[in-house]
Amino acid sequence: MTPSLHLWLIPVLPLVGAAINGFFGRRLTRQAVGTVALTFCGAAFAMALYVAVRFSSLALPHTEFLAHWIRSGDFLVNFEFYLDQLTLVMLLVVTGVGFLIHIYAVGYMWEEGGFYRFFSYLNLFMFFMLTLVLAGDYLQMFIGWEGVGLASYLLIGFYFTRDSAASAGKKAFIVNRIGDFGFLIALFLMIRHFGSLDFSRVFSAASHLPVETAGFGLLTSIGLLLMVGAAGKSAQIPLYVWLPDAMEGPTPVSALIHAATMVTAGVYMVARSHVIFDHAPNALTVVAIVGTLTALFAATIGVAQTDIKKVLAYSTVSQLGYMFMACGVAAYSAGIFHLMTHAFFKGLLFLAAGSVIHSVGGEQDMRKMGGLHQFIPVTYITMFIATLAIAGIPPFAGFFSKDEILYRAFLANPAYWVIGLFTAFLTSFYMFRLLFMTFYGDYRGSTASGQGQDVAHSGHGHGSPHESPTIMLAPLMILAFLSFVGGWIGIGGRFERFLAPVFSSGELAERATETGRRGLEWSLMGASVGAAVLGWYLARLLYQQKPRLPQKIAEALGGFYETVVHKYYVDELYATLFVKPLVEGSTSILWHGVDQGVIDAAVNDTADGAKHASDAARHMQSGNLRSYAGWVAAGGALVIAYMIWMGVR
Amino acid sequence: MVPVSYYLVLSGILFACGVIGFLIKRNIITIFMSIELMLNGVNLAFVAFAAQWQHLSGQVFVFFVMVVAAAEAAVGLAIIIAVFRTRETLNVDQLNLLKL
Repeated sequence: MTPSLHLWLIPVLPLVGAAINGFFGRRLTRQAVGTVALTFCGAAFAMALYVAVRFSSLALPHTEFLAHWIRSGDFLVNFEFYLDQLTLVMLLVVTGVGFLIHIYAVGYMWEEGGFYRFFSYLNLFMFFMLTLVLAGDYLQMFIGWEGVGLASYLLIGFYFTRDSAASAGKKAFIVNRIGDFGFLIALFLMIRHFGSLDFSRVFSAASHLPVETAGFGLLTSIGLLLMVGAAGKSAQIPLYVWLPDAMEGPTPVSALIHAATMVTAGVYMVARSHVIFDHAPNALTVVAIVGTLTALFAATIGVAQTDIKKVLAYSTVSQLGYMFMACGVAAYSAGIFHLMTHAFFKGLLFLAAGSVIHSVGGEQDMRKMGGLHQFIPVTYITMFIATLAIAGIPPFAGFFSKDEILYRAFLANPAYWVIGLFTAFLTSFYMFRLLFMTFYGDYRGSTASGQGQDVAHSGHGHGSPHESPTIMLAPLMILAFLSFVGGWIGIGGRFERFLAPVFSSGELAERATETGRRGLEWSLMGASVGAAVLGWYLARLLYQQKPRLPQKIAEALGGFYETVVHKYYVDELYATLFVKPLVEGSTSILWHGVDQGVIDAAVNDTADGAKHASDAARHMQSGNLRSYAGWVAAGGALVIAYMIWMGVR
Repeated sequence: MVPVSYYLVLSGILFACGVIGFLIKRNIITIFMSIELMLNGVNLAFVAFAAQWQHLSGQVFVFFVMVVAAAEAAVGLAIIIAVFRTRETLNVDQLNLLKL
């Protein structure tokens, strides 16, 4: 009998917080709302830490059975929590980063309307995300999966009076539906062929099937469908379009949901399903290709964006691409490692960006910033650390995880590595571009600005840019510390060894490191650091030393630059290919044609027919005696005629 | 002996006159008389057949018809008087409402 850890408390605590704030928050003061949200979120974090402390004494994987959920013949679904090394990493990242962002959000949202609503949604998100992470079977995971989608929708559309925010929320929700469709079909296939959705049963069944090297078998189908779901949730090609629009939400939401936690759910799901993917190499190749292309594609878009949050959004898409690239070359632990460090530095980048936006009165356009390092030094330093981390400069966190991915990608196929390296250069370039445009040079914004997008910070008598309150800076500093040291746990493959029991392919990696490929690893490391430095140098050249040069380059590139600025016209393409035919088809065929033409018409015509028929009959009942007599006479004549006719015959 | 067909033709003509009168006349009294004409046309047919087949039941029927016609005349005329008292007209085209 393994000791009970009361794992159910971890997701349920934020749910309680969400319920209190949701039902009673309107009547509570801001202090009370903030306290409730932080207490329950913090309690979940404390529980996660407690689990981490008790972890070594557990027989793994540890499952906690709560109740039967669905029983239908042999098919059984339980409410069950599942804990192994992978879960623990996710648990700590989600609760830890989530708690920090909660603290930050109290400061950031303080002057907002709907304060209690915001924290209710945020806690609700934590509940669903932890359900997803702790789930013991695919169906329970799917609850969390859908739930985080709901919370994401609610929070993107938090400023629902703004049309763009409302439609961005809808876009995120609908695009995610496409992915969920793939996920659901994959679940149906599992039920059909394995008779269960339980992780252990599905994986043991899958591991007994032969590896599908060629052809398009069951596991390949399931893997590809799961990847469709992951592409929706984790914003990969072709379903990434919702994530940049999701920046309409408040910045803490962008940090928590659309950078650190929710969007990594797809990576987690793929890593969790590694048994299936290991037996379906073709599906795995698709994962790798999608990830690699997304990483490159999003990075190029990020280079030309001017909205500080949009740059970070495309950067997130690109980094998620790296994680999928890692999963695609079966380096799951490298992917999860990058997921963790990314949660630190990207969460930090978003929070720092929020602090920047806060300081300049809601302005998000980097062309109207500049020179901010003298006004907001703490934000500047933390953001600088995060930039170093994401650019892959040692010894910051991103360097270790990204380098691990690139190394493993090189072992699988050097083509991945080339694209990954180029993307690393682009990443470094656009991040330093952001840093230089925002913090260096002269301040280009107006000191009396109030035209910002962020409802929060527009127009409260802004003078010159000012530093954010301590409650916002403290999480920045903690995350900066984590971005600095977070990668060190991966030195010498420690992180990989920790996760090795989950990913049985771990020994493959150790074999690779031990066969004297140290030299290769070092040279690859040198290449990626070189790419990062090159990106920094180019950004410095273009955006600090010769600020007129970028415009000239843009003019020289002409049409291509325009295409990149317009994000390769993907949104327009989707609008033409899918949205417009759907809207017009629904309008002309389904609405005017089927609904009005067939269904309404059938009902109305029945009524009209009855009306016309009775109208004709009504005229017989004129009340005129002689017309009655006429009808009687005519009837009589008819009867007589009939009788005569019969008689004659 | 006059053939029975003659009587029947006359009976038909009488009945048709009654029908036409019933249909085209507006005065309720004339309509009433047209009904009597139809009844008598039928009576003529009855007695003609009774005479042809030397059978009494046709004659008996005629008596019944006469009795009913007399009763109908009494009731009908009473109704007509009542109608005339309330509506002050005997034109059936204006008597097209059940209530006033």
